[in-house]
Amino acid sequence: MSDFPTNAKVVVIGAGIVGNCLVGHLARLGWTDLVLVEKGPLPNPGGSTGHASNFIFPVDHNKEMALLGEQSANQYRDMELSVDSGGIEVARTQERMDELNRRMTSAKAWGIEAHLLTPAEVKELVPFINEDVIMGGFYCPTVSVVDSLETGTTMRKEAIEKAGCQVFANTEVLDLITEPSHVPGQTKIKAVVTDKGTIEADYVVIACGVWSNRVANMADAYIPLAPAVHQMADVGPMDILAETNNEIGYPIVRDMDTFCYERQSAGSMEVGSYGHRAILHHPDEIPSNEEAALSPTEMPFTPDDFDPQMETAIELMDMLGEAEIKYAINGLLSLTPDTMPCLGEIPEVRNLWSAAAVWVKEGPGMAQVVAEWMTYGYPRVIDVHGADIARFYEEEKTDQFIFSRADEHFIKTYGIVHPSEQWICERNLTVSPYFSRQEALDAYFFTARTWERPQWYGSNADLVERYGLSERANEWDNRWWSPITIGEHLNLRENCGMVDLSAFQVYELEGPGAVEFAEYLAVNKVDKPVGSSTYTPWLTPDGGFHSDLTMMRVAEDKIRIVTGVFDGGRDSFWVKKYLPEDGSVTFKDITMETTTLGLWGPNAPAVLAKICDHDLSQQGSPYGSLRNVEVAGIPCTLFRISYVGDTGWEIYTAWDNGPALWDALMEAGADQGLRPTGGGVYGTSGRLEKGYRLMGAELESEYNPLEAGLARPKVKAADFIGKEAYLAAREAGNEVSMCTLTVESHADSNGVDRYMQGGNEPILDLDGNRITDSHGRVSRVTTAGPGPSVGKFLLMAYLPNDKAVVGTDLQVMYMNELFPVKVAAIEGSVFDPEDTRLKG
Amino acid sequence: MSSVLVLVESDQGAMAPATHEALAFARDFAAAAGLAVHALVCGTESGMAVEAGAHGAASVHVADHPLLDDYGPEAWGETLAQAITQYAPAVVVACGTDRGNEVMAQAAARLDLPFVANCTEVEPGATEMTRTQWGGSLLEQVTLDASTRMLSVAPHAFEGSLAAVPGAGMMDMFAPVLDDSLSRTKIVDRVVLSSGITLSTAPVVIGGGRGVGSAEAYAPLEELAELLGGRVGCSRAVTNNGWRPHSDQVGQTGTRIAPELYIACGISGAIQHWVGAKASKNILAINTDNEANMVTKAGHAVIGDLHTLIPAITAEVKKRKGL
Amino acid sequence: MRILTLIKRVPAPGARINVTDDEQSVNTANLGFTMSPHEECAVEGAVQLIEQHGGESTVLTLGPAEAEEQLRYAASIGINNAVLMDNGGEDWDPQRTAKAIGDAIEQLEAEDGPFDLILFGNESADSGGFQVGVRVAHRLDRPMVNGIKGIDVEGDVIVARREVDAGVEVYKMPKPAILGVKEGLNLPRYPTMKGRLASKKVEINAVPPVADAGGQVKVRLLRPVETVSNTVVLGTDESAAPAVVDLFEELGVL
Repeated sequence: MSDFPTNAKVVVIGAGIVGNCLVGHLARLGWTDLVLVEKGPLPNPGGSTGHASNFIFPVDHNKEMALLGEQSANQYRDMELSVDSGGIEVARTQERMDELNRRMTSAKAWGIEAHLLTPAEVKELVPFINEDVIMGGFYCPTVSVVDSLETGTTMRKEAIEKAGCQVFANTEVLDLITEPSHVPGQTKIKAVVTDKGTIEADYVVIACGVWSNRVANMADAYIPLAPAVHQMADVGPMDILAETNNEIGYPIVRDMDTFCYERQSAGSMEVGSYGHRAILHHPDEIPSNEEAALSPTEMPFTPDDFDPQMETAIELMDMLGEAEIKYAINGLLSLTPDTMPCLGEIPEVRNLWSAAAVWVKEGPGMAQVVAEWMTYGYPRVIDVHGADIARFYEEEKTDQFIFSRADEHFIKTYGIVHPSEQWICERNLTVSPYFSRQEALDAYFFTARTWERPQWYGSNADLVERYGLSERANEWDNRWWSPITIGEHLNLRENCGMVDLSAFQVYELEGPGAVEFAEYLAVNKVDKPVGSSTYTPWLTPDGGFHSDLTMMRVAEDKIRIVTGVFDGGRDSFWVKKYLPEDGSVTFKDITMETTTLGLWGPNAPAVLAKICDHDLSQQGSPYGSLRNVEVAGIPCTLFRISYVGDTGWEIYTAWDNGPALWDALMEAGADQGLRPTGGGVYGTSGRLEKGYRLMGAELESEYNPLEAGLARPKVKAADFIGKEAYLAAREAGNEVSMCTLTVESHADSNGVDRYMQGGNEPILDLDGNRITDSHGRVSRVTTAGPGPSVGKFLLMAYLPNDKAVVGTDLQVMYMNELFPVKVAAIEGSVFDPEDTRLKG
Repeated sequence: MSSVLVLVESDQGAMAPATHEALAFARDFAAAAGLAVHALVCGTESGMAVEAGAHGAASVHVADHPLLDDYGPEAWGETLAQAITQYAPAVVVACGTDRGNEVMAQAAARLDLPFVANCTEVEPGATEMTRTQWGGSLLEQVTLDASTRMLSVAPHAFEGSLAAVPGAGMMDMFAPVLDDSLSRTKIVDRVVLSSGITLSTAPVVIGGGRGVGSAEAYAPLEELAELLGGRVGCSRAVTNNGWRPHSDQVGQTGTRIAPELYIACGISGAIQHWVGAKASKNILAINTDNEANMVTKAGHAVIGDLHTLIPAITAEVKKRKGL
Repeated sequence: MRILTLIKRVPAPGARINVTDDEQSVNTANLGFTMSPHEECAVEGAVQLIEQHGGESTVLTLGPAEAEEQLRYAASIGINNAVLMDNGGEDWDPQRTAKAIGDAIEQLEAEDGPFDLILFGNESADSGGFQVGVRVAHRLDRPMVNGIKGIDVEGDVIVARREVDAGVEVYKMPKPAILGVKEGLNLPRYPTMKGRLASKKVEINAVPPVADAGGQVKVRLLRPVETVSNTVVLGTDESAAPAVVDLFEELGVL
């Protein structure tokens, strides 16, 4: 055994599938001086990798999970540690059959072979299934079974051979030592203390699976995840399985409606369940290798929880009832409060990284993501904003929040989850100053991370009648939706609406270096006169979108940053990551000191004029300008801007002044048709009609400003992050363009009108083929929603240049059916394309 | 002078070596407490009095009775109970073997006295006695409310050495009164173990893991196992590959073994396998990876390739056996 | 024939057993529970004998109410009846345990007739007292032999085999008899899914235990001093073979 090192470039903690693949990928990318420490023995340290069922169903509705799952499956295949067993998701209910059609749609989007099978066809592939209890199946031939332990060993050996990675098993991390960084409230990793010695390191990566948060806590950092039980029983032997003479000879069956799977393992069948009550354990409750009867993450089986699943499994495969239960565990795996993994640099501690809440099915791909992120400053294989650990707010890092949310979504592991599905628990954590008023107006709230935002107001139900609106015929399409939102839209276009924008995340950069630093973050010029604003992308070093937001010159040496609530964590971390070390800029989060109301519509100027003496004309309050004024005697900042296509303002004031401002505007607008208006208009229909892009939907790191149609004619002189790549992209020209499409017919094969939900539905050519570009990026729906003022349902999607032509006829797949669509706008608006209404 | 009475465990006239441990304990305890060491022999004496004397017994009560000419737990237990009644020892000691504990339990049941099995520490002055639980993984301290302390000493807790000052080993015939019905639990037959060794009974198990490489590559392991009177086992990965039947699998979902020696070849020691193998009394790991769990947990290891090592070991065994 | 098997609910620990802060019991947080391994073989033995000879089998435990889990496990592999003697999970000494169980067996036999065979595990996995079965046998005046790894029923005679170093000792006892069995008696089956589901319907017969404490009183539990395994490396290639065979000789396996 080699001597224990005192320093290293990188220390990776944890040798499960993720830690092993991470050192392997770092070695491939040229890193050296790597150390891998693991508390348990090798090759199976006793974490979740050791008891994983090791199969990969590549079809997922979520793009990050689907593409990284496929990426991982291919890495396993490349190492020849994978076999394509095929897999079938079977349906026992019509609701699940609908879901399987949705699966077919996602399979099409990601280019994965899949077939819908009749019960008889399922039985041909799985002769021991009882076809009488199922209605059909979704068959994916490339479902694979992998050897995750051997893959880990292989990747670890590659790291040893390529990069001289030093590996220390049976080595427990006792503490993480940090030192102050130049950013207030943030520290920097210094060393890893183990029971074999202390290693000073430039980078430390936590890949500790279910223990990750406990290890992060050693550095006063957080990796929000909960260890959760997934029950699994190994039953057998059974002759029909033993006769295949291999690890797996029959497709894996996922009995989705009972939340179970049946996966052959040599002569036995592994019956796994996600159908039991959520059983969560605090990391401190997990026994050590020595204390555990089996392994730390193979907790004692609680058969009472499994019995109902057992009965349903026997219904599906009678032979399971006669076979012996040889081995059964409460296996632990990681659940996060929002279902997505935790990847990237941890905001609290500079150079401390997380590679956690990753399952075997996406392990190698996510390890590659983290390795690229450490190497290039951003992942290249795919955009992972949904998995970025910086996304979490402080309120999302408490045990209470983590465990409640994990408890709620455990049952949805095999559930049917609507794209707009809302959380039930841990609500009302952050509410705007208007919350009581909104409740009184019967607001229907959607959550945005910890915030509550009205999606529509029940008090506007009269608009449904006024505009002759109706519910959608299909329950799924109508779920989490109300025609009131169309009424609010039409009223805004006809009169005016007021939108609560308090969830905006507002930051300030201040100091002699503030403007220069702001320029370094932004593509567009920020160094403009006080009272000016800049709508701008922030790019990754590779020139893709990191953010898309507004920066305001509020004083000579002060820049205000306003970004969306879904991006606040990532954006504030980005600022801190690049904050100058010379102390010339301070960073401050003023979100909770500030509240914002949006006032838009043709009557907006008239409403505001009633209570504000300022000149509200385009001279007195030009588009894009900031003006400090009094509204009803309340000090406010008027920001002339619009995300909905009608003239008006974002009105900023101090949090405590909010209620008075709300009341004053409502009173002033009473005879102008002013209605409180929800996020359905602001976030969807209003912006869709204008073709405005949304970070995280249209805008991702895989796309650049040219493709998104957000490139300005000229590039500013000042340096900024991603400039080199951006200039190269401008040189190369864009291969795809952001387009708005109209749905030309909504009727499905049953004659029911259907409405796409914006869940990555693929755009197809008239022959039904997928549309991809030379990078393999697929044309898919990034946002879908109504365009009430243009009388069409609208979709946004990137299309290659040959298709990005107004009038081009294409198709969209939704629920496994095809609907005709037409390209209606390229990088522009289908409503008021000349922007006449913006000027007011 | 009161005594410490030691139950001599014997089979067909030969004293079990474990009895030496009980005598060693008794002699130290007696010396510290100012007691005499007595022994009780059931059945034919056949020189055991001298042997007991050499290990410190001052006197040896020999219970000679037709029912005691071979082992029977009830007859032996009744005999011990009567001896306790007659000699009123302060302490009664047996070795914590199957027979020792069984006879003590029989006697204790008859006298309705408590019996403390498998002690590791008993001091004359202390009221607390220490005994094993969980097969020695845990210790329990107990106190005893009894006129006579009945206990067995845990195997290997005391060294069965000869007494520095031998006892007199003075024989004294003791005639128990035994009802004929006690013959119901006397040994009626003995069979010498023959073939049919199973994984769970084999004295040597040679386990092969994924590292063996193929079903055919188990032949050298089979050959060595046969030479050693052992059996070949395997890990779960191997049965999953279809190289060996499930009945050969050692582990959580297979067989749990407890041989004198487990030779783990190319087995990394995944926890599921380890659970099945950890009761082995000795482990020799043969593995190319010196960090493998099986290597770090084994008493002995060879860090090398099993494919060359096993034939070399087999050749060496044949050489020494003159084959 | 009628067979009674006695089992004890014990935790299923790993390599390291922890003791609670009050030193009175094993820390079972996050441990599962099982019956002692010898008793698993006893239960399997009872099921096999009933399969061969007909009749019915009963399983009895003295322990906490949660021991119902172990009773149902026994039922799930084929035991017909279950008796729970709920002592509130207190740690009863061997004399007290044996008295309570003896009383209960008398009561059960008075109701439904004698058991032809009663099976105990050789010793419990946790406390390892090596005596409860023997004490019960004496109380009921029945023949009893421990350490049994083979059972045959030949008419009114129970043939029991005990493994010793030299081979096998054979005992022949008239019914009714009591045996303490050891792991290796058989290879216990695992429950089937259907067996598990059926076991949930088995009625648990509650027999409250009553007995005075015996003379052995637990003071505390403690962990023994740990021995560290320092692996002795015998070599790195075939030149290690003589050292390996030396080890065989030392261990007496050659």
